Amino acid sequence: MTTRREFLVLAAASVAVPAAVNAQIDPNLAANRKAAFQSALLKLVGDAKVQRGRVKLQLPPLIDNGNSVPLSVAVESPMTDADHVKAIHVLTEKNPLPDVVSVRLSPRAGRASLATRVRLADTQTVTAIAQMSDGSFWSDSAEVVVTLSACLEEGLI
Amino acid sequence: MARAVVTLPAQAKRGEIIEIKTLAQHAMETGFRRTQTGDLIPRDIIRRFTCTYNGTEICRVDLHPAIAANPLIAFNTVATESGTLTFQWVGDNGYSVTEIAPIRVE
Repeated sequence: MTTRREFLVLAAASVAVPAAVNAQIDPNLAANRKAAFQSALLKLVGDAKVQRGRVKLQLPPLIDNGNSVPLSVAVESPMTDADHVKAIHVLTEKNPLPDVVSVRLSPRAGRASLATRVRLADTQTVTAIAQMSDGSFWSDSAEVVVTLSACLEEGLI
Repeated sequence: MARAVVTLPAQAKRGEIIEIKTLAQHAMETGFRRTQTGDLIPRDIIRRFTCTYNGTEICRVDLHPAIAANPLIAFNTVATESGTLTFQWVGDNGYSVTEIAPIRVE
């Protein structure tokens, strides 16, 4: 037979748990992230066409800890005054903020490449976009499976 | 407290492309994490890194919270002349670190 004390504990638990779940998961989270990614892309690229190729984005396909993921981007370019890479941008789809890193290069860089370490919040696609001196945009993307997510915030737990 | 390490060859041939690796000591607090009591930990990141070679800008990097703690930045440059490379990290809460490295070009 259920005592008064047990009944109160059970009742409290059954009310408290769904409330906590509702507070944590935002049903529009995925859509919001997608919209944030699109607006970040629009801000960088404008109405120019992004073509695939010339950019090589390297990321490990499977990573245990999303807090530190080695990332490197290299762009095929002669890096002369007339034809060089002006900027390289890296974007993610499911991080709380889509921007990861932006590099502005001068022809003096000699080789358009960058290596760093990033945080990834979830298993997702990472995109690198290169802006050339002639105004064209080139991109590459890579899929990464993340076992332990970085930045455990609401909606991701 | 605020430390940074720069690795580059001490000498290079003229016109050679050299690789520069930089590492700054910084927690890169994202601003999305919470304490156990549920308070949001305010953002504290390095926002910008610049490298100049005898006064000419080589690269300028905008960092966002998605960069891992102790940000590593590796890039290249052409060894044109002997002189100094200046590296600067600027961030939230008045964070600013400048590192200077000499290079000899033959």
